Amino acid sequence: MRALGIILAGGKNERLKELTHQRALAAMPVAGSYRAIDFALSNMANSGVNKVAVVTQYNSRPLVEHLSSSKWWDFGRKHGGLFVFTPYITHDNSMWYRGTADAIFQNMEYLKSSHEPYAIIAPGDGICKIDYNEVLSYHVDKRADITIVCKQVTDENLHRFGLIQVDEENRITELEEKPITPQGNIVSTGIYIIRRRLLIELIEEIAMEERYDFVNDIIIRYRKQKKIYAYIHEGYWKSIASLEAYYKTNLDFLKKDIRDTFFRTEPTIMSKVEDEPPAKFNVGARVRNSLSSSGCIINGQVEDSMLFRKVFIGKNTIVRNSIILNGTYIGDNCLIENCIVDSKSNIPNDSIHKAQAGEIDIIINREPFYL
Amino acid sequence: MQKKEIVAMLLAGGQGSRLGILTKHIAKPAVAFGGKYKIIDFPLSNCINSGIDTVGVLTQYEPLKLNRHIGIGIPWDLDRSYGGVTILPPYVSDVSVAWYSGTANAVFQNMPFMDYYDPEYILILSGDHIYKMDYEMMLNCHKKKKADATIAVLKVPLDEANRFGIMNTGEDNRIIDFEEKPNKPKNDLASMGIYIFNWKVLRQALLDNEKRHDDSDFGKHIIPHLLNNGKKLFAYEFDGFWKDVGTLEAYWQANMELINIVPEFNLYEPYWKIYTKNSIQPPQFIGSEANLETCILGDGTEIYGEVYNSVIGSNVTIGKGTIVKNSIIMSDTKIADNCYIDRTIIAEECNVGEGVNIGYGDYAINTELPNIYESGLTVIGEKTWVPSNVIVGKNCALYGKLENENFISNRLESGENLIIEEVEE
Repeated sequence: MRALGIILAGGKNERLKELTHQRALAAMPVAGSYRAIDFALSNMANSGVNKVAVVTQYNSRPLVEHLSSSKWWDFGRKHGGLFVFTPYITHDNSMWYRGTADAIFQNMEYLKSSHEPYAIIAPGDGICKIDYNEVLSYHVDKRADITIVCKQVTDENLHRFGLIQVDEENRITELEEKPITPQGNIVSTGIYIIRRRLLIELIEEIAMEERYDFVNDIIIRYRKQKKIYAYIHEGYWKSIASLEAYYKTNLDFLKKDIRDTFFRTEPTIMSKVEDEPPAKFNVGARVRNSLSSSGCIINGQVEDSMLFRKVFIGKNTIVRNSIILNGTYIGDNCLIENCIVDSKSNIPNDSIHKAQAGEIDIIINREPFYL
Repeated sequence: MQKKEIVAMLLAGGQGSRLGILTKHIAKPAVAFGGKYKIIDFPLSNCINSGIDTVGVLTQYEPLKLNRHIGIGIPWDLDRSYGGVTILPPYVSDVSVAWYSGTANAVFQNMPFMDYYDPEYILILSGDHIYKMDYEMMLNCHKKKKADATIAVLKVPLDEANRFGIMNTGEDNRIIDFEEKPNKPKNDLASMGIYIFNWKVLRQALLDNEKRHDDSDFGKHIIPHLLNNGKKLFAYEFDGFWKDVGTLEAYWQANMELINIVPEFNLYEPYWKIYTKNSIQPPQFIGSEANLETCILGDGTEIYGEVYNSVIGSNVTIGKGTIVKNSIIMSDTKIADNCYIDRTIIAEECNVGEGVNIGYGDYAINTELPNIYESGLTVIGEKTWVPSNVIVGKNCALYGKLENENFISNRLESGENLIIEEVEE
């Protein structure tokens, strides 16, 4: 693979509300035993990209913790490797990353000292499976300056996305970020392929003008001057950047075809190994149409839900249409319906948390309680 | 390089013939246990949790699966530039061509490995027991007593003591006598097969015994030899959970203990984790018509039927309408729809067709191997295909790519075996 990778995992996101107060979006738990960034990292590794930088700033600690070893994604190699770039102070600069382009600009040495001809830029929160070899050969065939991986979406809240319009050659004519009145249904997934030298050139150019955003200051500003093409990704793709999308994306994994795509069709998604024991179902467990992960102990009733690792469900407790994140303890005789319970929460006995259908409540209770 | 204080030698070459078809092409330490683990994960995890980072694994019988499982030791954090895990198979030298003929002989043949590290102490372990033990505590005891050797022992009921190697101890737990499977046991302290030796003492004893015995063994030769030479041997009493899984019934029982509400052997403690090679990571799916109670499921397993009182490995599929009871299903096995499976052990990568009924009918002793298949369990060896709509009785053993014509009117009566080896053409 003739490309290096850059994963942008730095942004602050308020639309996941309390869930992202203490973690980056890329570190959000997804699909029972994964985190969002596992998908971006696995796509890089599975496409043969062996040198990847993760650029992060907002709430980076849980993300850095997750990336404590590069071996889980097979990046522990002499050639290449996994780099985590958080902002740092130098003689000339004491700024945080002021935008996505600035984040790359501040780590320009990574790009300059590499020799791969291409760079793949991907966000840390896209849930998809994609072979970059195909995107790259498309990029080369089209003689594009920049290729953006796009997805045709149906019945989504289109105003969340960057909307793209293309001509008959799939060359991008317009890109509007989070439009009020969306045109068409092709959205940018935030995955770009660009020649490394061109990327350096463009980023240095806009930095001179004190512009710092990759989408606004490069893609939108240069859309007429540079040849920017859309590569339409046919497979599953979801962004988890809103509470509703996060909830729905997780419950998508209750569908067999989605699980088979990600987990049973090679190459599969890799993640950090946590060494939890098998999931345990005791007397009184009634589990239907749900995913539970290793380390769970279940004594109650679980329906149409997703349990992440090390969740404890007490006796006579009912969990319905909910997502319970890692390490949560739910006592006896509780009712949890249409909720997302944050990780390491303690839900005491006899608690009732029920959101109305169509709404999602976030429950966080980290106060310790003792049996 | 900093000198290693202690090096562990893990004996993993045994066949474990009393596990029947389960160990046909797999060494006993590589047999699955507790859903996602293999038996050897327990001593290996104990090593790293006790701070021992140099382990030699002695293999001999069918080592392929074991080698693949251990690799370079990444799951146990035993991938080290100095130390770590080393697989030690028998080898040819200019003076001999010899298999490992006994436990001590195997260690003797790997003298160069131990000489290379030249540690203070050697820990001898066997790869076929299920337990959590802090070897560092045992080493502390060994040092405090200024012992030449320390043997871990477990209190057993006196009427069962004749099945074990029994240590007769004097004051301060000093061992005065050792009896292998005594008819009239004088004590109830059974050897667990875990020894710490001062390396210099062991080295000399291995050399001395090698001249006298062709099949030098720790229990039979080394320990009596040290006692006769007046060395200081102490018993270290262990009071935790320790299970020998040497027979099918014991293996099944030990697995079933894991599904108790709070099992005596608790895998869910956050400290003292048991590590294993985890190539499968997705969550477990339970279908909308599924039902399960008192069972454990490994990663990525998908249940569409009903599972009761069972231990299920990773990446298993159990089809709609299928009922699995009191059974052990190992990783990567697929069971189709509408089966009924009771008191059965199904090894890895098996395929069970639709409408199969296993563990059915009256009890009958196994005709060929009555002392192996005796407790009513039917055992299906790895990579076996069980064709649709067959009925299999109790105390049976099945192995190979079976088809309906291998059965007599789709039946296998209790106590019968059906083993078909693939013949190379």
